[in-house]
Amino acid sequence: MSGCHDCALVQRAVAPGSGREPVRVALVGPPNAGKSTLFNELTGLRQRVANYPGVTVEHRVGRVSLGPGTNVDVIDLPGSYSLQPRSDDERLTDDVLHGRCPGVPRPDAVLLVLDVTNLGRHLVLAAPVLALGLPTLVVLNLADDLERRGGAVDTTALARRLGAPVVLASAKTRRGLDTVRAFLAGRFAVPLPTELPLVRNIPACRLWAGRIADESAYRPPAPPLWTRRLDALFLHPWAGPLVFVTVLLAVFQGMFAVAAPLSDGLESVLTGAGRRAGALLPAGALRDLLLQGAWAGVASVVVFLPQILVLFLFIGVLEDSGYLARAALIADRTMARIGLQGKSFIPLLSAYACAVPAVLATRTIENRRDRLATILVAPFMTCAARLPVYTLIIAAFLPNTPLLGPAFGLRAAALVGLYLLGFAAAVGTARLLKSTILKSERTPFVLELPPYRLPTLRSLGLRLVDRGKAFLMRAGTVILAVSVGVWLLSHVPRVGGSAPDLPHSVAGTVGRAIEPAIRPLGFDWKIGVGLVTSLAAREVIVGTLGTIHGIAGDESSVGLQRALRHDLAPGGAVALLVFFAFAMQCVATLAVVRRETGGWKYPILQFSYMLALAYGGALLANRVVTALL
Amino acid sequence: MAFTLADLLPGESGVLAELDLSPDDAGRLMELGFLPGARVRAVRAAPGGDPRVFRVDGAEVALRRETARFLILRAAPP
Repeated sequence: MSGCHDCALVQRAVAPGSGREPVRVALVGPPNAGKSTLFNELTGLRQRVANYPGVTVEHRVGRVSLGPGTNVDVIDLPGSYSLQPRSDDERLTDDVLHGRCPGVPRPDAVLLVLDVTNLGRHLVLAAPVLALGLPTLVVLNLADDLERRGGAVDTTALARRLGAPVVLASAKTRRGLDTVRAFLAGRFAVPLPTELPLVRNIPACRLWAGRIADESAYRPPAPPLWTRRLDALFLHPWAGPLVFVTVLLAVFQGMFAVAAPLSDGLESVLTGAGRRAGALLPAGALRDLLLQGAWAGVASVVVFLPQILVLFLFIGVLEDSGYLARAALIADRTMARIGLQGKSFIPLLSAYACAVPAVLATRTIENRRDRLATILVAPFMTCAARLPVYTLIIAAFLPNTPLLGPAFGLRAAALVGLYLLGFAAAVGTARLLKSTILKSERTPFVLELPPYRLPTLRSLGLRLVDRGKAFLMRAGTVILAVSVGVWLLSHVPRVGGSAPDLPHSVAGTVGRAIEPAIRPLGFDWKIGVGLVTSLAAREVIVGTLGTIHGIAGDESSVGLQRALRHDLAPGGAVALLVFFAFAMQCVATLAVVRRETGGWKYPILQFSYMLALAYGGALLANRVVTALL
Repeated sequence: MAFTLADLLPGESGVLAELDLSPDDAGRLMELGFLPGARVRAVRAAPGGDPRVFRVDGAEVALRRETARFLILRAAPP
């Protein structure tokens, strides 16, 4: 294993910490070279990683502890091929490196992370980075992959040519990390002067990089055969889409076949725990608040944890394997037809998890109007927060009749329908925007297809833990607070010393006040209360209904299903699903849209448009279903 | 009529002569290896025929036809 060949190169050494504390080191490299994976391994943090270019769009700082009193701040940056910025994420990298980013001092040193399986092309970036004149360690990542496929490189020769230390590394298996830490802890050497090409001239840089690679005895690895074989299947004219649809249907079925029984088990545990805790508490208002308010509300949302985990397991496999880039390729024709570019597809796909990272991911889109259009339609994609609402209503109103044999049932089909409905709304809206207010020149669609990589159990496991934690955190904060609030508002004003009838409480009064507006959709005042609280976040409605019905004496979600069947006619149930498919009930998304578009104009436009569409769609759904049945 | 990347059939390859695009767009493609003088091979097409996947400089990159037709190839030797 190759070490760090910096012994002869230490010149004009700067001790870490000289000047100001702490020392800051920037991670720079082309997209998908593994900067964030290295960042996570060095800092122990969990920056989002996946196998496609452009995952990191913000800078993130993490502290590496190298022993008592010695800390280094490492800055993870969006990838860039040549430090010639064309999109917002690349501009950020350029600004940080030149000390132009407010609040981020210029870094003291650079970790240049390159994918060594494609050294000739990635070395192009070494020219502008070395020209910065900052102490630099060149990290040749994916070294395991290079050697497995029979490639090689002489790191001593490369270090001599570049005038900077070089280390072979594999961030995923922690190979080479000791050398990186030694570099961070040691004395930073300014790169020795070497002959660099004009850094703005890409052909000249590429020629220079090719020469350096040749002089360092670089032998490129054999082509990734498995990637080619898999692409022959996944991009096959008809087998490709078929595989895509089959996998998709399997996931939806998994929501009901695998996740639902787990969900039921979790529910009986939670209900039992609530009942036992209730037996320990003295009867009174406090016990009712804790059990009917807090517990019923939180538990009715927490039971959907298995569905959330199934969804994120699927998303994790798609992202880590590299399949996502192929899905973007398959979908590009559709995107082209609606006037969006293929690059919009990756943010839209990640919106299936949550619209907030999707809005951030649009930073990779160079064209501002395309970027705005993508931001505006992203919340139509069915995010994870809609899942509890959808599965609750579907399970309450539809039997699980097998459709395609026992493998694919009616409930899964309904869920597919809702995902398609959200997608159709996104497509329709994008088309409307791109043909009116956001018309623009097309920018070329360029998508690099990364080699497939086997997702590691560790990476998938960490992802599930993170997402599970985030989901439970929301249940323990937002949903807990709203549930307690709804319970309290359901118990005032007190009439003759006791709680009022639910409809005459403050919560009931609010619900009944908006009831005339939502009556045409088939909703009663209880749903109205849920619609108001779900403005904070979509899944809050489940907690709120759980609390309201908890007060009515039914705590379990099977009870909640029964209660929903009592409150909603089938027309109202379909209307509620349609309403949730279209409406923008998420404070977090509105906040991030405001930040990314730089004002209130677009979030207000987005909120109003989606609310109008939700109301109209729900009204229509209720009319049609009621007329049919 | 110039011979462009869009004219390559799957399996065929050619050598790039020039990129008839704006400096920004050309720069982005050049970063990915589409440089004058580079050999580009058409590998496959997405289901439906567009975009198409090209192998260039050790990587596979997908381009739409509307872009590929501005990447002009050197005339094939007679």
